[in-house]
Amino acid sequence: MNIQLNGKPHSTMADTLALLLDEAGYGGAAVATAVNGSFIPLTQRTYQALRDGDQIEVLAPMQGG
Amino acid sequence: MRDFYGIPLANGLMLGTAQYPSPAILAEAFQRSGASVATVSLRRESGAGRAGQDFWALIKDLGVRVLPNTAGCHSVKEAVTTAHMAREVFGTKWIKLEVIGEDDTLQPDVFGLVEAARILAEDGFQVFPYTTEDLVVADRLLHAGCEVLMPWGAPIGSGKGLNNLFGLRAMRAHFPDIPLVIDAGLGLPSQAAQAIELGYDAVLLNTAVAKAGDPAQMAEAFAAAIFAGKLAADADPMEPRDMAAPSTPVIGQAYLS
Repeated sequence: MNIQLNGKPHSTMADTLALLLDEAGYGGAAVATAVNGSFIPLTQRTYQALRDGDQIEVLAPMQGG
Repeated sequence: MRDFYGIPLANGLMLGTAQYPSPAILAEAFQRSGASVATVSLRRESGAGRAGQDFWALIKDLGVRVLPNTAGCHSVKEAVTTAHMAREVFGTKWIKLEVIGEDDTLQPDVFGLVEAARILAEDGFQVFPYTTEDLVVADRLLHAGCEVLMPWGAPIGSGKGLNNLFGLRAMRAHFPDIPLVIDAGLGLPSQAAQAIELGYDAVLLNTAVAKAGDPAQMAEAFAAAIFAGKLAADADPMEPRDMAAPSTPVIGQAYLS
């Protein structure tokens, strides 16, 4: 299916958020996730089904003021 | 110093982590200043690059408290969602709540700020709201559940210091028991000293240190200024007066004219 991953088009075979993160190279990383603007906690990623056109945000610690 | 949600800080320096020439210089700035809090943010991470992971490891090594921000958020929903994501990644209830209302000045949208603060406080967050010196907004923030207030000194990154001394002094007098932090706008250590002399508990700054020619030395200078300001505030400064008053004794002065 085709989704948006951090604002860019992305094709995936993953049907859950957890599988997408593994597939895209985030395994073990300290990241937080949102799907279509809603926060998805770590514990829910396995149950978060993905659908065509979903907008996924994967955020990590970054410099800030 | 007043506690921040029950946490006493060793000093009143909260230091940002952005815009440094290198990670090593960032770390040196924290080491030389002894800053007690580091502000951080969340941004998009690439699965291939994973730049955020190295940064997070560096920050954890500093051994300071982390204060995540919601920088760049312009709506209540964005700010609340970002706060939830930050709580999970950084493992802290502390959140520096920014809801930006105007792009030229980065002035907070105080209406959205109060609404977001209420939502987050009810959800167990310990909110550090980036606000103005408006006393009515400050009162609403406290009623929304905030136990700290962070008025701006001047627009973010401007380096102009304390733009509204009257307003900031009034805020200190109006909320004598609330921890107050000057957040944003400081450019020089003397301005930080001035804030602490006013009775503020801490200052939060980033650009003034990171963009200095020698960031680590400037960070140390800010720490020294905050220390001096705290000593002065605790020493009960004299009241200013309009007219001169001779300090050298008049009695015993020779008649020489």
